[in-house]
Amino acid sequence: MSHPVVPIKVYVGVFLALIALTFTTVAVSKLELGEYNFVAAITIAVVKALLVVLFFMHVKQASAMTKLFVVAGFFWMAILFVFTLSDYFSRNWLPRGKWW
Amino acid sequence: MWAFLATEILFFGGMFCAYTIYRNLYHEAFASTSHFMNVTIGGINTAVLICSSLTMALAVRAAQLGQKKPLIWLLIFTLILGSVFLGLKAVEYHEKWVDHHIPGPGFHYADARYAQQAQILFYLYFAMTGLHAAHMIIGAGLLITLIVMAARNRFSAAWYTPVDMIGLYWHFVDIVWIFLFPLLYLIGHTK
Repeated sequence: MSHPVVPIKVYVGVFLALIALTFTTVAVSKLELGEYNFVAAITIAVVKALLVVLFFMHVKQASAMTKLFVVAGFFWMAILFVFTLSDYFSRNWLPRGKWW
Repeated sequence: MWAFLATEILFFGGMFCAYTIYRNLYHEAFASTSHFMNVTIGGINTAVLICSSLTMALAVRAAQLGQKKPLIWLLIFTLILGSVFLGLKAVEYHEKWVDHHIPGPGFHYADARYAQQAQILFYLYFAMTGLHAAHMIIGAGLLITLIVMAARNRFSAAWYTPVDMIGLYWHFVDIVWIFLFPLLYLIGHTK
């Protein structure tokens, strides 16, 4: 698990970006954007999560194997979401058959 | 460690998925609940957790360089920040108790139209933040173990794997909160 030592500057930079994004997400939530409030909130959260994963968790410098595991984790969560939601959202699309 | 974190992603992922489904079913009711969330405490807690992630990242760096004293101090700072988070969370839970926003027989919601549906959101709120808080408590225990191990000179620049692993765990718990904060506190705030 050895990885090169990252300068403190990088950590502080990421930290400041995360704090700035937290203020941004609170500010944006007060604007009237309709459905885009949700999109904006999630986009900012994803950017913050990426910063943490890449820099604080050192995935940026990690081996291909580690990266594979990281991607697999999120990929499996995507499967969970896509299959569950495609079921829930499509339930009323077809007329009910007579055998129901 | 990332294999374990992948299972954790799915653990929390299931709850986020349940949240997504109910949010789409009961859109208005869910949006109305964010008025009763304490954005100030939630926001401060977000900042506290980000700070703790920074101190944790710096602790791992100190461990890499074999600096014992900075390592112990940074771990202690991380532990303190984690405790501040849990303390503020307890204040919030108490607020929910006073407001009768804890799901169950005592649940009371100002907007009668949404009483049932809002109860689902508060159920999810307690399940998600509760699971997150449980991870924080476990994380605090792990930090104490690390501090003791570091004090006993168990780590060196050549071997600091536990610090690295628990650092990853701590950052993961931070990421969960990064998603919980906007979803539970901020969405629907304008309505």
